[in-house]
Amino acid sequence: MSTITATTREQTSRREQPSRRTLEKGPSGWLAVPALAFFTLFAILPLLGVLFLSFTRWDGLGEIKLDGLSSWQTVLADPVTGNALLVTAKIMFFSFIVQAPISLLLGVFTAASQKYRAALAVLYFVPLLLSSAAVAIAFKALLDPNFGLGPGLGLPFLAQDWLGNSDLVLFVVVFVIAWQFVPFHTLIYQGGVRQIPTSLYEAAQIDGAGRVQQFFNITLPQLKYTIITSSTLMVVGSLAYFDLVFVLTAGGPGYSTRLLPLHMYLTGFKANDMGAASALGVILVVIGLALALFLQRLGGKNRNASQLEGA
Amino acid sequence: MASTTQLPTSPAAPPTPAATRRRTPPPGRSRPNILGGLGGWAWLAVIIVPVYYVVITSLKNQAGFFTSNPMLPPAEPTLDNYKLVLENDFAKYFANSLIVTLGSVVPALLVSFMAAYAIVRGKGKFLGLTNNIFLLGLAIPLHATIIPIYWMITKAHMYDTLLALILPSIAFAIPISVLILSNFLRDVPNELFESMRLDGCSDWAMLWRLALPMTKPAVITVGIYNALNVWNGFLFPLILTQSPDTRVLPLSLWTFQGEFSVNIPAVLASVVLATLPLLVVYVVARRQLLSGLTAGFSK
Repeated sequence: MSTITATTREQTSRREQPSRRTLEKGPSGWLAVPALAFFTLFAILPLLGVLFLSFTRWDGLGEIKLDGLSSWQTVLADPVTGNALLVTAKIMFFSFIVQAPISLLLGVFTAASQKYRAALAVLYFVPLLLSSAAVAIAFKALLDPNFGLGPGLGLPFLAQDWLGNSDLVLFVVVFVIAWQFVPFHTLIYQGGVRQIPTSLYEAAQIDGAGRVQQFFNITLPQLKYTIITSSTLMVVGSLAYFDLVFVLTAGGPGYSTRLLPLHMYLTGFKANDMGAASALGVILVVIGLALALFLQRLGGKNRNASQLEGA
Repeated sequence: MASTTQLPTSPAAPPTPAATRRRTPPPGRSRPNILGGLGGWAWLAVIIVPVYYVVITSLKNQAGFFTSNPMLPPAEPTLDNYKLVLENDFAKYFANSLIVTLGSVVPALLVSFMAAYAIVRGKGKFLGLTNNIFLLGLAIPLHATIIPIYWMITKAHMYDTLLALILPSIAFAIPISVLILSNFLRDVPNELFESMRLDGCSDWAMLWRLALPMTKPAVITVGIYNALNVWNGFLFPLILTQSPDTRVLPLSLWTFQGEFSVNIPAVLASVVLATLPLLVVYVVARRQLLSGLTAGFSK
């Protein structure tokens, strides 16, 4: 270390450039190795592993046997796979449609700092604390046609067999997902709104823009990257809605809420077909990656420049 | 692949200067926002009603549950359900959850902080590649890898141990931790590092004596976020453990629900009990928790 410092000082006296370079010599790459090692062992290798296992037959206990494309044939020929993809797409679409506007509006609403909004916000974020298992169990009880919310409020239309009706259950799942995840996205939007420079609103004020105009002409464009961040987390996150749906409906009734991750779990760990489950895992990875890349493209290529411009 | 996998969650742009950040609401909003207010209160009802229902039901006895109005508080509140849950090894599951959470979050923070520091301050192909691998991890639903993880854990004779939950949890926490921490580390002025370097400070010392104190809020944010995720985690415990000895709280809710499916008030009491510890943390550290999470994701 002392030699580096010594050289640096010598060089400083002669020229400015090389000294900068010496000073800016970064830290050792070794610092990144522990994290990389953990991640490689439990994420990258399993990613390759799931691809490998999709070409095998394995019941989860016995030997793993190479079996060519048979698992893929099973999975692709099975109508349940197509159904699971459809259910996943539906839940992804509807939960985005429901969550995005609510969390955007709530984020803008709570970003202002009147006293009563601060008090509201304390309660808004309580669902962040609950595990999906807890949320699912709570809603199962709440939606009970005999002892739940419907009879409690004396509203007959609420006293339905929500979870047993295959036409309704998907929307119940979407609602419960929104209940659990809107608070998190509200928080993201709240942070985004608080970073918008006040000067923009002051200028709009002078120009006589109303609240609605300010929302559409300042708030919304300024939140562009927040919207992309939140949407990406929402969309890619909906590929991981496992716990909630597993406890709430277990994929039923029939196959009406059997999402892709749930279908993977049930195929692998209940039907003991790890090969087919791995093929489903690969499909999940490909979809997740494609969605993330697509959403990133939407964000535009030169994010850095445009963000600076906005500020 | 490498450069395109950068997610929108990782703006590389410098953050808005602190001076321009709004601390007070924009001027000219003196007119009451009636629509916003109505919406706000409506959503509050959506949030509160289920919570209220769970709490009052958990205080009812079986007979009261079947006969009383579900939305009215019990005439004779009872804590019997809570007693039943506590007698069913709740303390053990709580301890397991605590071990798994601390055992995952502390190492994950440590290795992620080191990696984030190297990525932000360092140069070279290796670190660039490392960064891209972590960004890739953000884009992929990592739960898809559960089957090979199950295989590995079984092969390593760690099935049904707490370590089986800790190791993958550390790995899964790394991408988001490195992302948030490196976003914050980028804001530490270069001059500080340079002057410490001139004083003959090693990387290791700079890491702990400069970088860590300067990014303490970010470290706390990341710690809280990961702790919530691990504490509430369900899939790993479901697949990688089996016996009551290694059961964690979220899984215990599920098994309890199976055992006591007719005793809804008891099941809901277990939900309240499992949430209570986090609620206490929330009440005590709300400001820190929310402002940290906000900054972590809106940066």
